[in-house]
Amino acid sequence: MAERKLMTGNEAVAMAALDAGVLFASAYPGTPSTEILEVFSKQEGVYAEWAPNEKVALEAAVGASLGGVRSLAAMKHVGLNVAADPWFTLPYIGVSGGLVVANADDPGMHSSQNEQDNRYYAKAAKVPMLEPSDSQEAYDLTREAYRMSERYDTPVMLRLTTRVCHSRSLVERSAAEKPVRIPYRKDEVKRVMIPGHARLRHPIMVERLAEMEEHSNEFSFQRAERGAGDAVVITAGVAYQYVKEAFPGVSILKLAMTNPMPRGLISEFCEQFSDVYVVEELEPYMEETVASLGLYPKGKSGVPRVGELNVDNVRDAFPELAKATGSHTASHPSHVEGLPARPPILCAGCPHRGIMYALARQKAIIAGDIGCYTLSVLPPLSAHDCQVCMGASVTMGHGLEKAMELELGESEEEERGTHMVVSVLGDSTFFHSGVTGLMEMAYNRGRYTVVILDNRTTAMTGFQDHPGTGITLQGEPTVTVDIEMLARSLGIENVRVVDPYDLEQCRSVLSEEMDRDAPSVVISRRACVLRERTRREPYAISREECNDCGLCMRIACPALVKRGEEVTILADACTGCGVCAQVCRREAIKVG
Amino acid sequence: MSDQSETGSGKVTRSVVLAGVGGQGTILAANLLANALVAHGYDVKTSEVHGMAQRGGSVISMVRFGDAVASPLVPMGEADALLGTELLETLRNLEFLAAEGKVIASRTRVDPLPVLQGTSEYPADAEERIISLWPDSIIVDAPTIAAEAGDARAANTVLLGILSLALPVGVDEWLAVIEKLVKAKAVEANRNAFLVGRELSENR
Repeated sequence: MAERKLMTGNEAVAMAALDAGVLFASAYPGTPSTEILEVFSKQEGVYAEWAPNEKVALEAAVGASLGGVRSLAAMKHVGLNVAADPWFTLPYIGVSGGLVVANADDPGMHSSQNEQDNRYYAKAAKVPMLEPSDSQEAYDLTREAYRMSERYDTPVMLRLTTRVCHSRSLVERSAAEKPVRIPYRKDEVKRVMIPGHARLRHPIMVERLAEMEEHSNEFSFQRAERGAGDAVVITAGVAYQYVKEAFPGVSILKLAMTNPMPRGLISEFCEQFSDVYVVEELEPYMEETVASLGLYPKGKSGVPRVGELNVDNVRDAFPELAKATGSHTASHPSHVEGLPARPPILCAGCPHRGIMYALARQKAIIAGDIGCYTLSVLPPLSAHDCQVCMGASVTMGHGLEKAMELELGESEEEERGTHMVVSVLGDSTFFHSGVTGLMEMAYNRGRYTVVILDNRTTAMTGFQDHPGTGITLQGEPTVTVDIEMLARSLGIENVRVVDPYDLEQCRSVLSEEMDRDAPSVVISRRACVLRERTRREPYAISREECNDCGLCMRIACPALVKRGEEVTILADACTGCGVCAQVCRREAIKVG
Repeated sequence: MSDQSETGSGKVTRSVVLAGVGGQGTILAANLLANALVAHGYDVKTSEVHGMAQRGGSVISMVRFGDAVASPLVPMGEADALLGTELLETLRNLEFLAAEGKVIASRTRVDPLPVLQGTSEYPADAEERIISLWPDSIIVDAPTIAAEAGDARAANTVLLGILSLALPVGVDEWLAVIEKLVKAKAVEANRNAFLVGRELSENR
């Protein structure tokens, strides 16, 4: 027997891609999918890259597939929103080398802005979908996905969830396939989707769907487990593992291929039972199909539709089934009440702190974005007004500013004064989807300010490089996007750079740019403190000068602690950034 | 580790919950434990937290082992051991413990933001409360012990050393896993920290 090794679901997908002979992989980092590409990129003889965003990653993977090699695109659930444009037409043109999109949902929103259920993306695009329930299945189903992709001439969705991505379990790898390059062949009727061609392709997709449903009915990874009793539970993904523990010994129809749904298999197996249950995370995706077969399933009437499932809430969903299967709830969990919460916070020395503090002082309307800096929404910084998705800070800012300036019919001509709107986004987020927003601002004569927090990395997901760092995924030097030149070339004349550790500079530059009757970009440039790991002399508070006013606490630095009325600086935590010293009006905070 | 829960297959699954603060290294500690259990021949599943929650927030990792483990998440009240790298997080996660579960924790205090800000109180009696709820708890100054063994950053490995006596995994299996998974320059300190922790446990 081959060696069995503990792997996260993400590692298993990466190793399966390697063993499937995948030569090309592209991704944009996003929790919980990030490590798929990181692990794959470390393997020999493959090409992997960080793309500026998920649309770019998927399109590059499509090109690689047409170029004849097996390719992989990996992204988190909301990443597929960005990549939705190629996603829906890609199945029309099909593949040459197999193409798999590893897509990770985040039930419970551990590190996301929503908990959309991406299974509907597979259904809507007529793309086959496989759902692993542990790392071994993540490995096996990735291997299957490549075979399926080439057999049916379609991309395949590998639908993961946080708990599959970030759980470790034992994996036994199977024999590796040798990478191949399928010779390039021109086929414009199949690959150029003008309406006339697309009309020829769509019926082929519909026929293919019927073939794939047969595959789904016969697929060896669809597992019918015959247990005791009159009830059967239909489940898929990690929910299967919870069902196994919540209802020991119950009959289970465990699905691994959930688009197309295996309607024949479901009808055939379930008609032997009087009660049909469906246990799935998020939306009633499978339940809708099961209900359409006239099986009257119990599903979301008991199973939560929001948040992540676990053994406890699955057991609680159907008390009669728990009773019938002799499932026991552990007796008296001692929940301790009234403990202080521990929300995530900006690190001591984080370069976002100074600029976000200065911004909050300007009383601006802050259109924020997705990254570590979003944490500045929490009091006492309270430096975000709105945030929806990556890049939206720039464009929402545009609409906000226009709305504030639109005249309401009265002709009275007021002098245009200080504008109130400031958009804030990180460097990686800017490259991801902020650049087109900046074009919108320049072209449509916005006159607000965009602050780009350039910390020289993609910090939140674990320090990935991007087009602004000058370093590739392999750690090799490459060209660096010059943000100042880029902004100027789009037509924004006022581009300033500030040091976020210099509060007075941040304040005066923000104030000048907000007064300006023109669009502007302020780049707040300093490397992430976790990445740099350079420490200066820690600061301390002089007891003689300090009058316990507490002003320094407003920067929300974890190195500053207030005990009673007295504030002290934790020397071990202080990185010597000096932001607190600049906030103090009595010069009570000094080095050493 | 006495309390045992039955999984669907009728096999026994045991669980350890590791609780701490983002950045304290619970993922590595869980991975060391998981690989030691694999080396001993168990089926193992773990669960960990990445992303936003790591920025100084509460984090938990879980390790489950047995003949055939189903859920990677530990059901409430079914953990055989809680390994706490911080007192408040230990207190917060006692609810995972089975009635016969064990607490092994570091006497480490990391103030969360509401406490730093003075808007909330850190439970000064956290240790006493843990002991009153779980009288057999083992609470030690893990970073100090680790520093004496070579490096304060090996604090979690002291806790693993204490836990190790309750597990059938052999010392050699543990040390091999430490050598394999810990960065080369930290192996010596972690090996010592593990052995000191194990000795502490033996002497109790």
